[in-house]
Amino acid sequence: MPEPDSALTISARGLTRNFGSHVAVNNVTLELRRGEVLGLLGPNGAGKTTTMQMLTGNLAPAQGTVSICGVDLMEQPIAAKARIGYLPEVPPLYRELTVDEYLALAARLRRVPRAGVREAIDRARQRCGLSNVGAKLIGTLSKGYQQRVGIAQAIVHGPDVVILDEPTVGLDPNQIREIRTLIRELGGAHSVMLSSHILPEVEMICDRVQIMHHGELVYGDTIAALKQFERGATIDLGLRRPPSLEALAATPGVASVQRTEATLFRVQFAPGDDPTEALVRCAAAGDWGLYRIAPAQKTLEDVFVHLTRHEEGG
Amino acid sequence: MIFTIAGKELKSLFASPLAWVVLTVMQLILGYVFLRRLDDFLQLQSQLSRLANPPGATELVAAPVFGTAAGILLFSVPLLAMRLIAEERRNQTMVLLMSAPVSMTQIVLGKFLGIFVFLLAVVALTALMPLSLAGATQLDYGLLAGLVIGLAMLAASFAAVGLFVSCLTAHPVAAAVGSFAALVLMMLAGEAAGEGLRARGWALAASLAQVLSPIKNFEPSAKGVLDTYALACSALLVLFFLALAARQLDAQRLRG
Repeated sequence: MPEPDSALTISARGLTRNFGSHVAVNNVTLELRRGEVLGLLGPNGAGKTTTMQMLTGNLAPAQGTVSICGVDLMEQPIAAKARIGYLPEVPPLYRELTVDEYLALAARLRRVPRAGVREAIDRARQRCGLSNVGAKLIGTLSKGYQQRVGIAQAIVHGPDVVILDEPTVGLDPNQIREIRTLIRELGGAHSVMLSSHILPEVEMICDRVQIMHHGELVYGDTIAALKQFERGATIDLGLRRPPSLEALAATPGVASVQRTEATLFRVQFAPGDDPTEALVRCAAAGDWGLYRIAPAQKTLEDVFVHLTRHEEGG
Repeated sequence: MIFTIAGKELKSLFASPLAWVVLTVMQLILGYVFLRRLDDFLQLQSQLSRLANPPGATELVAAPVFGTAAGILLFSVPLLAMRLIAEERRNQTMVLLMSAPVSMTQIVLGKFLGIFVFLLAVVALTALMPLSLAGATQLDYGLLAGLVIGLAMLAASFAAVGLFVSCLTAHPVAAAVGSFAALVLMMLAGEAAGEGLRARGWALAASLAQVLSPIKNFEPSAKGVLDTYALACSALLVLFFLALAARQLDAQRLRG
């Protein structure tokens, strides 16, 4: 038997789960290392939540294994679950309890010794910006604060792995920023896995990204590689007095040109053959009235379209 | 771990108006029955004193109060127990327990203990009424103890059934109706099955049928008889339904 890698906090192999005839998650294999923030990206219904439910022991996989810090989740669920902090899509909050009561309950359930509960609560509250709402009833808090209580609940016992399902949904931009900072901080000591369908968000917080589509992992790499991939070889170009398409296409490095609006063009080029400088030079020389030039931001949809098309093409 | 869950359950119970309403209504009804019986008892006293071995206040006042309490529990325990699992599912808070390092058995035992402690308070409140007569008359403490034990076992049986039905659905009201129906059915069918089996001469099966009839197990202790068989039947019923509940929770993790 191979020695389990001590740096691996999550190691899932061949996870498969179906609901009736619908295959929600198909043969997903993923790993998470200590100190890493992993983003699980995908459109709604891609199987992100189902995957997370299986990783946290809320749902039994039809096939495949999960081990948390080398402890098998099926064989020793209690030891494995003690190392996980999980914030599901809907935070599991008891509205009738105060924040302190609730966090104490969460800490006790995760086997924090009675003497350490006070300290654990204080730490979690402080990290999540809940310091002055400890005595309030959870039901009276705003959505943003409830989400923070949800995160506090997931980290109160200092778990090795924190799994957050769409942690920034329903928050206002300021709160989203704070939560993102918090998640980055968590990535230092714990390892974090989060799901999202917002590409820039994952770009900002995560070290590594896995993209799911129709229950399968279609892409997995570092964020830097994803950025490359996503910028791809496309430039958005805006010209007030555009020349003919042929003239544009003749610029050195340009592979093809598409007109998207009256004065907007989409320029494709071969990777590594960036024609940005050449385009600017030609635009100045030919008085094309250049007012915009930018690498095209692909949306997640584009990435999916590309990835799935790529697969079909072999 | 079990006590943590039980403590949370109690806290939630008292945070909801339901527990207070149940306690209040119960006290009102029991208070009325108690005073009514006491009144009858006082009026009959002159006639009773002429008997050679007259029934005392415990028999004529306390026993009916406990009988009424049993009836009220039949209605109120399903209402209290419906929240245990079904409401957590509905509010999507069950995840907190399911992803915590806690076994299904611990969840079930914790939940059961939480509601059982509450029901013990109900039993204690019921016992206080006849106890208030202690200064005025000679109480039969043996009979009173039997009534308390019997009612506690009855409450435990009802709570176990309610907890199991609550595991079956994510709809609290459906759970309440379901467990009420199950309890009534058990009361009727348990008795009928016992009689039917005994008529055919299947003594063992007939005695086992008593497990499913909580009210029948309450009867001996209501007469002040400490019937170990009835107590064992009650304990078996509780264990049986708690085991079913734990299995049901586990099955849901598999089914999703």
